[in-house]
Amino acid sequence: MPDLALHIPNGIIGIPTSLAFGLAAALAVGACVAAARRGLDERLVPLAGLATAFIFAAQMLNFPVAAGVSGHLLGGALAAALLGPGLGVLCVTVVIGVQALLFADGGVSALGLNVVNMAVISTFAAYGVIALALKLLGRTRVGLTVAVFAASVVSVVAAAAGFLVEFWIGGEPIGQSFGAVAAAIGSVHVLIGIGEGVITAAAVVAVALARPDLVYALKGARIAEPAAVKEIA
Amino acid sequence: MSAAEGLYRPGTSPLHRLAPQTKLVALVALTFAVVATPREAMWAFGVYALLLASLFALARVPAGWIASRSLVETPFLLLAFAFPFLSGGETLQWGFLELSVEGLWAGWNLIAKATLGVWAALLLAATTPVADLLAGLSRLRCPEILLQITAFAIRYAHLTVAELAQMRRARLARCDDPRFLWQAGALARGLGVVFIRSFERGERVWQAMAARGYTGRLPLDVSPAGASVAQWGAAMAAPAIAASVALWTAVGA
Repeated sequence: MPDLALHIPNGIIGIPTSLAFGLAAALAVGACVAAARRGLDERLVPLAGLATAFIFAAQMLNFPVAAGVSGHLLGGALAAALLGPGLGVLCVTVVIGVQALLFADGGVSALGLNVVNMAVISTFAAYGVIALALKLLGRTRVGLTVAVFAASVVSVVAAAAGFLVEFWIGGEPIGQSFGAVAAAIGSVHVLIGIGEGVITAAAVVAVALARPDLVYALKGARIAEPAAVKEIA
Repeated sequence: MSAAEGLYRPGTSPLHRLAPQTKLVALVALTFAVVATPREAMWAFGVYALLLASLFALARVPAGWIASRSLVETPFLLLAFAFPFLSGGETLQWGFLELSVEGLWAGWNLIAKATLGVWAALLLAATTPVADLLAGLSRLRCPEILLQITAFAIRYAHLTVAELAQMRRARLARCDDPRFLWQAGALARGLGVVFIRSFERGERVWQAMAARGYTGRLPLDVSPAGASVAQWGAAMAAPAIAASVALWTAVGA
């Protein structure tokens, strides 16, 4: 249940803040569109579409966090690791837009807020962590696992922090101190982040072992552990 | 859930016939009018609810369908019901319960605005086919690449969902019943396999399209039709009523 708390509905954040973040989201997504137009050959459009369908499906999959509590993937770290930050932002944006317009999940007035938190902040934060960690740890199986795990935790917590900043700027009064809200949301999302991290790391490593060329974060290199490849394949 | 068609319900009502771009703009305008209304003006939210209910009746959408589709907001309703018990400040005695006044207002605010927003979005989703929605977004100058990605994603989402469901059934049939996070390895590896399959399907789809002369543009809707002034007028009637109510309450309060 708490996993849905990032899809901000209408009526939590006031209009001026929503509009400001809508503009920010439009600018960020616009920049990613421009970057994609420059760098993307037309081959990647169907691939991005199928990857988006995959994120869409992955979000429907619940994973257990502890007995009785389950969460679902946000997909920001997954998109960043497999598709890179630019394309990842576009794919997650599409998922959020489709959920808001086709399934009424997430408020229309909060679309900009949701895109900023879950697509832009979460994907770029995740990619930054992955790139840094791979540089530090090397492109090994362990390195990739740790990098993706850390990136997932950071991406979920960063998205939650994005929400808290928006709430601090323009939240409707709910009669609780900001500290209490921050503590409640922060602790829940650290747990979700750990769940997201375990699933995402295992999924990305599975892809890296079978088709390392499909993992953007590896930049075409194989992960340095040929024995493990044989064992899994 | 058939992801390929969204929540669309075929029909021939005036709402179904409206140009999609006018409905999109109307949805955004109506949502902002609702959110802008001060929470103390309870009657205004009643007016919005009546407005949406009559539009649903016009589009011949049954109430049961709306209720079942509104379940997406359940987590927020639970949150809203928790506010009166969590918040501090002035309290109100109701039976044996001690409720915070500020919390009650906050809960009401969230319930009213989130529910009306969900209903407005459901109205659009119920009366507009996915292809029309994309054509409408294209008329509103949404970047082509986003629309193409969306079109592919919607077209293939049900396949990916079915593959994941199939994997899940296979796991359950072999007595895999993860209760704790450290048991989720099989689930994650399944996810990896489905990703590889999705990507490989994407490569095949691209090759098939390239063989048929695809050059990076997709004839989503050969030329999305423009909307007449009458269409815009009809679509904006509901948001105009809502906006004047919102203005009235804002000035009055």
